[in-house]
Amino acid sequence: MIHLVIYTEAFFFLCLIMSFIYMAYNAGFAPRELSRLDIRSAGVYTVVLIASSFTLHFAEMGYSRGKPAALKAWLIVTIVLGAVFLAGQGTEYGRLIGDNITMNGSVFGASFYTLTGFHGLHVVIGLIILLIVLILAFLGDSRSAIRTIAPYWHFVDVVWLFVFTVVYVLPQFSSI
Amino acid sequence: MGATIKIPEPASPFPGLGVETEQGLLQWICAVDHKLIGIMYLVMSLLFFVIGGALALLIRVQLAVPLNHFLPPETFNQFFTMHGTTMIFFVAMPAIFGFSVYFVPLMIGANEMAFPRLNAFGFWMTLFGGLLLYFSFLAGGAPDAGWFNYAPLNEKNYSFHKGIDYFSMGLLISGIGSVATSINIIVTVLHYRIPGMKLNQLPLFVWMVFVNSFLLLAAFPSLNAALALLLLDRELNAHFFNTAAGGSALLWQHLFWIFGHPEVYIVILPAFGMLSEVFQVFSRKPIFGYAFVAASSVAIALLAFGVWAHHMFAVGMGNVANSFFSAASMLIGIPTGVKIFNWLGTIHGGKIRFTTSMMFAIAFLIEFTIGGVTGIAFAIFPIDWQLTDTYYVVAHLHYVFIGGTISGLLAGLFYWFPKITGRLIDERAGKWFFWLFTIGFNFTFFVQHILGMIGLPRRVYTYPNLPWYGTLNFVSTAGAMLMGVSGLVLVYIIWRYGRSGKPAGTDPWNAYTLEWATRTSPPPLKNFEELPAARGYRAWWEMKQSGLDGGAAVSQKEIEP
Repeated sequence: MIHLVIYTEAFFFLCLIMSFIYMAYNAGFAPRELSRLDIRSAGVYTVVLIASSFTLHFAEMGYSRGKPAALKAWLIVTIVLGAVFLAGQGTEYGRLIGDNITMNGSVFGASFYTLTGFHGLHVVIGLIILLIVLILAFLGDSRSAIRTIAPYWHFVDVVWLFVFTVVYVLPQFSSI
Repeated sequence: MGATIKIPEPASPFPGLGVETEQGLLQWICAVDHKLIGIMYLVMSLLFFVIGGALALLIRVQLAVPLNHFLPPETFNQFFTMHGTTMIFFVAMPAIFGFSVYFVPLMIGANEMAFPRLNAFGFWMTLFGGLLLYFSFLAGGAPDAGWFNYAPLNEKNYSFHKGIDYFSMGLLISGIGSVATSINIIVTVLHYRIPGMKLNQLPLFVWMVFVNSFLLLAAFPSLNAALALLLLDRELNAHFFNTAAGGSALLWQHLFWIFGHPEVYIVILPAFGMLSEVFQVFSRKPIFGYAFVAASSVAIALLAFGVWAHHMFAVGMGNVANSFFSAASMLIGIPTGVKIFNWLGTIHGGKIRFTTSMMFAIAFLIEFTIGGVTGIAFAIFPIDWQLTDTYYVVAHLHYVFIGGTISGLLAGLFYWFPKITGRLIDERAGKWFFWLFTIGFNFTFFVQHILGMIGLPRRVYTYPNLPWYGTLNFVSTAGAMLMGVSGLVLVYIIWRYGRSGKPAGTDPWNAYTLEWATRTSPPPLKNFEELPAARGYRAWWEMKQSGLDGGAAVSQKEIEP
């Protein structure tokens, strides 16, 4: 079932990414605002988020090998990494709003906040589910909820790779 | 071959309630049984059908004569928007889901959907989405930018009251319900089939609903994304679709039609499935070319994503894009045409029984083909340039939606009515309804082809007294009134014969699929205790042939119309 959720979510993000491209790669898209994005800090947080995919995988391995201690430890690391990513996104938002780049100020602001915001929302939801799995693990629950949530978390990370590429990396090579 | 399979029962069909006791309204509100939810979907669909139909009649009254002032223009805009939105999202979709959640488990020999609570969730989201949409009438005004809600008309500076916000929220909510139910259907079909029923021998209705669910899961996110962006525009002053502030009106059209065109197939494919069952049973023949019917559905589902821009020929995309979408749209006529020939082949040489259900199926063949032919004409973009936004479009889309989807749904309704209610309708009343509806429909919409060709634009609240405009519109309105009367007849038939029709028995049509194998009609809460291992898409028929049905076939007399 979770794969079907991912399948339908993938189309949702495809639409948002295509909307961003449609707006961003057109003439008149403010280059000044694009240059305000900080690719270095975003790159660091990208690494953090991708790392959380690996730690979740270790947690899952701990689960399937019947090692609850490993499961709990790696889950905690995953949640911390996810939270760090969100904090990074928060500081980026704060800095951009300080630069007067807002939702209603320009098309750039609107499409940037919408795309990264919907992704952030998915990270938040993933963190909530991971927290539930962690609490269940501490209560001694041995059901396989982690197997269900893991594909979702990996999906959210992969989506970020696309978002990062489209929003941060590709504009570096364009002439605008 | 004698081995039977125990059908697993979900743990708690009514959480916290006794199973056998009649609980009144409470039983419905907390129902997680797929049959009760199916019935609620169908009742919801009928309710909105009456409302949407009433809106259509008011529109037709306004258009009956030239320079009429029955409805003010603002109200007219709200009514045609609400009519279209209601009919697509709150009539066609719930009717399809109603039949799907009721019959998919039964036809694959399961006792319940995979996720009963998710099933209830899907229904209530759909219902409350619809109620939220209609609440807009009380909150300052209904949405008024058409069912496809084009930018920038959907922006605040053109539609300042809250109608379009309710439109967006209502469709988002019901869209979430639709996605949930589709996931539920796919998992049910994958995991709850009776052992022995392979994926490539599903009953065709189940197959179509299965394929359709994948299509829906791919199409709805696009609508949801568009609606989310629109809400950001309207509530937080973003500028996605506001051309004056650097947004793009075209982006809305792309996002909407990437959803919107697959949506057209989403509402027709399950109807194709129902018709495939109806043609078989009432022609006493297996489907002609099962593999072609099944495979062409997949072809339609895939091609559905390559044709959206044929709704946008007039926006100036350039000849390359226009030609591509023109060709792709004509391509999709092939798998659809294949199906028409499959059904003709099924009828050919069969022992046809002209029940009300079969009459609607045959009317479908003719009316849907007309709608298909006008559609192919449209796919040629120079013709589209001439006819776009005229009544020709209105005629075409009603021929495929009413002549196609609604005829298919009605064929399915009259086919399954004895199973759902346990009672037979009076065939004479059914025929009255059929002729009133079909004659009314063709009078209403056939003349609109001509109106469109002589240049009457759609979505304009009145028109000048040019030659033929008045006459043809009056014919159209008269036909619409006939359809209105037929709608009342339909409600009467369901009310009257659903309560006190002749008892139908378990298998009145001597049918082919497993939903007719239940011990009673309507099926008991637990659909099946045990079944023989099923084979093929006519599992029940084969059981009857090999005497594994417990003598049901002998005790049932075929109902001759």
